[in-house]
Amino acid sequence: MTAESGWVWMYGVADDDLGAFADSVAGVGGSPPRMVTAARLTAIVGDVGDREYGAAALRRNLEDLDWLARTARAHHAVLEAVADRGPVVPMRLATLFASDAGVTGTLQERADDFHGALSLVSARSEWGVKAHAVKPAESAPAPPVAGREGPATGPGAAYLHRRRAQLTASKDARQEALASARTVYAELGRFAVSSRLYPPQEPGLAGQSAPMVLNAAYLVADERAGEFAAAIADLTARHRFVQLTLTGPWPAYSFVGEGDGPGPR
Amino acid sequence: MTGFGYDPVIQGERIALVDLLDRVLAGGVVIVGDVTLSIAEVDLVTVSLRALVTSVSALMDNMDDSQEYS
Repeated sequence: MTAESGWVWMYGVADDDLGAFADSVAGVGGSPPRMVTAARLTAIVGDVGDREYGAAALRRNLEDLDWLARTARAHHAVLEAVADRGPVVPMRLATLFASDAGVTGTLQERADDFHGALSLVSARSEWGVKAHAVKPAESAPAPPVAGREGPATGPGAAYLHRRRAQLTASKDARQEALASARTVYAELGRFAVSSRLYPPQEPGLAGQSAPMVLNAAYLVADERAGEFAAAIADLTARHRFVQLTLTGPWPAYSFVGEGDGPGPR
Repeated sequence: MTGFGYDPVIQGERIALVDLLDRVLAGGVVIVGDVTLSIAEVDLVTVSLRALVTSVSALMDNMDDSQEYS
């Protein structure tokens, strides 16, 4: 179907009764997504050209943040459209096959894994929970004025005293934030089927200057999503040293990969 | 109690890039076989991406709209 030699980009795997899904989704490289069916599974794929998606080009392009952002969003948009119709097992970004035969072969070879992963994510969604440390309030109790309580006097000593108090307050806040993060992570786990920790994102990455102390993902039954959100509101009220952020629902990216239970590898 | 600031419509349309990259680069099914090109060097990609990111934090700021409490 393509004149240029190309590759088959695989977005994810759904049940074979997926039916038509959002034709309006553009897909990676602007190529409309299509379906390949085998072993009672539907792979959602798209055709992409070798010039941009071949091994060498891909390696280079993945280092280009604009390209990566565009591609990740296109990959995600297709998976979201599929997720609107039913359970979907996402593939990692840039899973490419030489032809549909490779896709069919993989569906057949790993049919049990895919069926297992589909039942794991069925009627469940992934939610992201991040916690950022909150800086100690500016209005923290002022340290006693130096010079009245010890041998050290003068502006230098006062400064050092004040600075030490600030550092202590900041260190305490940081410890509190880390402790809160551990509590939040554990408590939210009670509402989830499964959870996973990501490394904290660098400060500044998402317009946040405060250090991130928790970057977690939860797989939550759709019927418990309300309870989960309420639990976050409750934790927010109880833990003043962290600011919590909820994202989602996401396709279950974090629960179908390696080392995550019954999903494929 | 503070209202819960989550709007599914907005969330679906505009997602913080960093959150998405966490997932699409470190999540999802990895297939390794002779017919695939699936990224093996994801750690490498992620590392260099994070280095790159310092210089484009302005871009990230624009893209970030995660829902937050206040």
